[in-house]
Amino acid sequence: MAADEEELSINEQAISASEDEEGSDDERKHKKLLEAISSMGSRKRKKQNERSEASVQVSEFFVNAEGTGEKVNLSDLLGTVEKTSGASNKTKKQLRNLQSSKETLELPLNKQQTEKIQRGIAYEKTAAEVSCWRNIILQNQKAEQMVFPLNQESPGPKRVEQVVAGWKVQTPLEQEIFRLLHINSQPVDDPVLTPVEEQSLKAMSLEEAKIRRAELQKARALQSYYEAKAKREKKIKSKKYHKVQRKAKCKDFLKQFDEMVKTNPEGALEELKKMELSRMEERMSLKHQNSGKWAKSKAIMAKYDDSARKAMQEQLQMNKDLTQKIVVPSDDEHESNEEGLETIPDFVNDSEPVIDSVNPWMRGQLTHEEPEVSCVTTEDVQTAEEENEEEELVGEFERKRKLRQADEEDLIPTEEEQPASEVVEEDVVEVSDKEEEDDDDDDEEEEEEDVSEFNTLFRLMRSEKTLEEDEEGLLNEGQIRVRNIEDLEVLGEFVDPQPIAEPSLPRTAAVEATSEPPYKKKREIDLKEVLTKEAKAVKVPFLPTVVDEEERDEQISIIKEAFAGDDVISDFIKDKSKLEAAGRPEVVDLTLPGWGEWGGVGLKPSRWKRKRFRIKTAPPPPRQDQKLPDVIISENRNASVASHQVSQLPFPFQNTAQFESSIRTPIGPTWNTQSVVKNMTKPKVITKMGAIIEPMVKEDFIKNKTTTPGGKGPAIMLGENKRAKEGTKRSSEKHRGRRSQKRRK
Amino acid sequence: FRKMEQEMLKCLFLGFGLQKIRYPCSKKDPFPGEAPIPHKQLQKFQRGEKYKVPAGARRRLKEAIISSEAMSELAQKQAARYDLLLPEDAGFLEGDEDEDTNTISQDDIADAVDITSGSKYFNLHLSQFGPYRLDYGRTGRHLLVGGKKGHVACIDWQSKDLMCEMNVMETVNDVKWLHTEAMFAVAQKRWLYIYDSKGLELHCVKKFNDVLRMQFLPYHFLLATASATGFLQYLDVSVGKEIAAVCTKMGRLDVMSQNPHNAVIHLGHPNGTVSLWSPNQKEPLVKMLCHRGAVRSLTVDKTGTYMVTSGLDRKLKVYDIRAFKPLHSCFLPAGASCLSLSQGGLLSAATGDIVQVYQNVLGSSPVSKPYMAHRLRGQIWGLAYCPFEDVLGIGHGEGFTSMIVPGAGEPNFDALDTNPFRSSKQRQEWEVKALLEKVQPELIGLDPGQLSKVDQASFEQRHKEQVEALGFDPLAKDKFKPKTKKKGRSSAGAIEKRKRKVAHEDQRDEIRQTVQERTERDKEQKEKSNEKKKLGNKSTLDRFRK
Repeated sequence: MAADEEELSINEQAISASEDEEGSDDERKHKKLLEAISSMGSRKRKKQNERSEASVQVSEFFVNAEGTGEKVNLSDLLGTVEKTSGASNKTKKQLRNLQSSKETLELPLNKQQTEKIQRGIAYEKTAAEVSCWRNIILQNQKAEQMVFPLNQESPGPKRVEQVVAGWKVQTPLEQEIFRLLHINSQPVDDPVLTPVEEQSLKAMSLEEAKIRRAELQKARALQSYYEAKAKREKKIKSKKYHKVQRKAKCKDFLKQFDEMVKTNPEGALEELKKMELSRMEERMSLKHQNSGKWAKSKAIMAKYDDSARKAMQEQLQMNKDLTQKIVVPSDDEHESNEEGLETIPDFVNDSEPVIDSVNPWMRGQLTHEEPEVSCVTTEDVQTAEEENEEEELVGEFERKRKLRQADEEDLIPTEEEQPASEVVEEDVVEVSDKEEEDDDDDDEEEEEEDVSEFNTLFRLMRSEKTLEEDEEGLLNEGQIRVRNIEDLEVLGEFVDPQPIAEPSLPRTAAVEATSEPPYKKKREIDLKEVLTKEAKAVKVPFLPTVVDEEERDEQISIIKEAFAGDDVISDFIKDKSKLEAAGRPEVVDLTLPGWGEWGGVGLKPSRWKRKRFRIKTAPPPPRQDQKLPDVIISENRNASVASHQVSQLPFPFQNTAQFESSIRTPIGPTWNTQSVVKNMTKPKVITKMGAIIEPMVKEDFIKNKTTTPGGKGPAIMLGENKRAKEGTKRSSEKHRGRRSQKRRK
Repeated sequence: FRKMEQEMLKCLFLGFGLQKIRYPCSKKDPFPGEAPIPHKQLQKFQRGEKYKVPAGARRRLKEAIISSEAMSELAQKQAARYDLLLPEDAGFLEGDEDEDTNTISQDDIADAVDITSGSKYFNLHLSQFGPYRLDYGRTGRHLLVGGKKGHVACIDWQSKDLMCEMNVMETVNDVKWLHTEAMFAVAQKRWLYIYDSKGLELHCVKKFNDVLRMQFLPYHFLLATASATGFLQYLDVSVGKEIAAVCTKMGRLDVMSQNPHNAVIHLGHPNGTVSLWSPNQKEPLVKMLCHRGAVRSLTVDKTGTYMVTSGLDRKLKVYDIRAFKPLHSCFLPAGASCLSLSQGGLLSAATGDIVQVYQNVLGSSPVSKPYMAHRLRGQIWGLAYCPFEDVLGIGHGEGFTSMIVPGAGEPNFDALDTNPFRSSKQRQEWEVKALLEKVQPELIGLDPGQLSKVDQASFEQRHKEQVEALGFDPLAKDKFKPKTKKKGRSSAGAIEKRKRKVAHEDQRDEIRQTVQERTERDKEQKEKSNEKKKLGNKSTLDRFRK
């Protein structure tokens, strides 16, 4: 087959337009036949490469640039335009300009990149939008106490008529006016609403309530019916019924799809995508091929059983159906053409990226952005104009498809070529028009890119900085790592918040420590050093006269003690030295005699070995009572308190000193005055009982901002205006609600 | 300055407090803003150093520090302001020229002062069952005396109202009030007994035997007892449980005192040492050699800064127990058998049958002569100052004497803590609150502020402690237990086999890891050497080669 085709193509090349028509007719018929034969096979034939470029050797059947090796110039295409009188001078000029310009159009960015850029822009927009909440959130976080609901009665200035209750009309004119107002049950103070109006504003009307209720009821009833139906259908066990049902559904779906292609191409595309997805799944899983357990068993049975064969065939058919590639009907060629010419992607013009209507953060902004949206033409946004365009496009596609089909059937090249060239021309013009517009956009984009680049750089720098800070913070952490005795000495003396800042200090201490040769001597406490305080005799007005029996006993014990006087001190010193010795770490001797050298009686392991295998552990920190000869302080840790202590530094604090200083003031009433205790233990959040706490609205804090610097008009007016506005808003909302209800009906 | 203070006082009395004062006549406030607080008062209520926000602090840290500092400052300021509400001053005794105050007799003083104060000097002649130990209740209204020969009595001493009186028919070593005046503990010959204020025996605590001295820690509800057998025991009176029993191994413990600042018990020993104890440690927190002879008595001042000891070497020593260093010592001709420090810082020492009271003992300069002295008829057995009163109670062989010592008591009492004038209802309220605020015995230690410090021990150390406390390692892996299988697969040999499969799992892991590391290292080195070889083959001029 392939060889035949090649031959065929060679033949075709050989045939020129000048050849007689009879032969060509035969050829055509022959080709048609071949095509018909080839289309009968299940496998798709390789498409022949068709190109629309002009070339010297033009086949009348299709365009083929093979063998030319020449580039198509614009002049080749536009030569005829110059001569034709129909074309306007302006377009000619433009075309000439285009010809003279050597710049090649840039390639459109690929999908990933465009999406990336879109995401970037969308992110920046949302960030800007969300960042207006930043201040209020920070403020609320910082606040010592929050009272909810947030906007309770404003503590600010109130209306005069609210404050002044006992105001009376005095002058006759006033009296007249108020009488009139009262008769007509009009509000006395012009801005204030009538009580009826106020009430109607506050409450939902009866009608509305009824409508709502009815609607709800209906919805509920419908739902229950539907549920019951679904249950009933689900319970049916008949396979046939389900099969019929499935097929009906399938048909329905196909019908719908066909309709959708006409009316809603986007939806159709989505459906197509879904199908594509299922195809992919099938291709990946090969679920419906004959590799499964069931399929294998059926394959064995198929020889004898008809139904098994049928089932297998069905399964294979299913597989075929699923794995069949969905052909997007022929217009991709055109699209590719268009895309090739449309060098600048859509998103460049798309100043408003996809707004997620579900996202509550975006919702507030939507109203503001709408005008912008309307002035920008994108495919994503559905405006009426756009729809029209799309319809046009779809129509065009349809037409072309028909043309192509006809072309395939009848092979009329002249008719096909014309519209294509037309399209090309049109597109070229469009592009030239567009370019001018887009240049500005390009510049803007470049600027944006620059800014974003700068931003990223800045972010990088900042992150570096924070990293450094982090490192510093880590270094400055209060827990002083004890490595040697010198450090420990410093530890014993004081806990400086920045001990690392002055490294010279411990070194000097170390020098001191090492420069004390009598260190060892000092350890042996002199008896003279203990109990050195000289006693001073006290004059007493009267001396004791009574000496009791007990006193005598004591005297005896005194004598006893007096003899043991010196022993007391030496005992104490012994005790202390024993404790000190116990605290010192032992040297571990791991030398094994005879390893690597001679061993035996009277032989000692070598000095080197002893040195090598004696493990000395680091000495413990110096004892607290090092400088107090007559005191023994226990070095044991009090583990019982530890279970109540904070063992890990809580979040914002970077060292222990900070945290300890922050909790140094007790908060109990035992140590503080009543008011301070109240202040210290006040709850972080206060909620009013029974009040509904609404989520914060953007207007809440933006309004605050606007009112505080303003204050041009009187405060009363502002408040009233607001109220009036609110009223209108509410009513409009109601209207909207009603409308939607009607729609639902 | 004085004027300003007067102004402040005026504000206070007018009930304006911190509000601005509006003068109707004068248009402008002559003292705008808040009333200033004297620096001295502020300093009195300062807690720790002010912490400055470090440079380059993050926002959250800055906020935390600033807010906490503001709170501390507010607390300090308010406390200093409210210090005005403690107007009482301590009195003192002043002699004429060339007259020593210690020669002024109690009768003279009682005559000179008002009747109520004068009535605070009295004697109880109880020669039959003496000598007496005594204890004042925390509010200072109730007195408990216990004669060595079994006589126990509790008295509302200001009204001289006898609450109960009894003879326990046994030797009484010590008596102590518990948290209220409703209960007291008596250390008798064998056991420790607890009676109520009517003299009814509530408990006989047989876990506590041969008790010689007792101390009650009011905020922990702990009764600490020192016994003749050398045991220091802690009884939680709120739940009636023994919290800790420490064998001191120091022989007979008949000298005992508490440090009211940190609830550490001080014990004096015959070998001249004083040891400091907490219920959480089996060995003394601190042991200090104070005297050449045995320690006879010791006492600690209420701020926990000073300790005064007296020994058989007839010396009286004042120690700074924050630094464990002696401040000064003096020689008393007869030696002091009993010591007591008052709330005002007056030291009373019993030398034979004379009670001497010293002023400014706790200062840096040693004393030369006593502030007051009083001779009694019997050997002195117990000394105690009455809280919030200028009264020193003396228990001796011939009974009990209440002595007036001007300037002894704290003039301002905290009515929410210890109110001498409280009603029974108030007492009940207080009791409940005190029980709710009970401090756990685990928190007793040398540094009472330990709780507010971050535990800087390492994880290993903490884990070790946890293991010690629990008795098992909570993080340890369970030992492998082979399942019982049927069909002869659970024979001893099979079990052993299965055990061997998982034996030394951790060691194996370690070995596996080290081997892996080694192989990786070798690989790397090989690669490196290969690269080097490759580089070695190349010459520098190779780069110019095409």
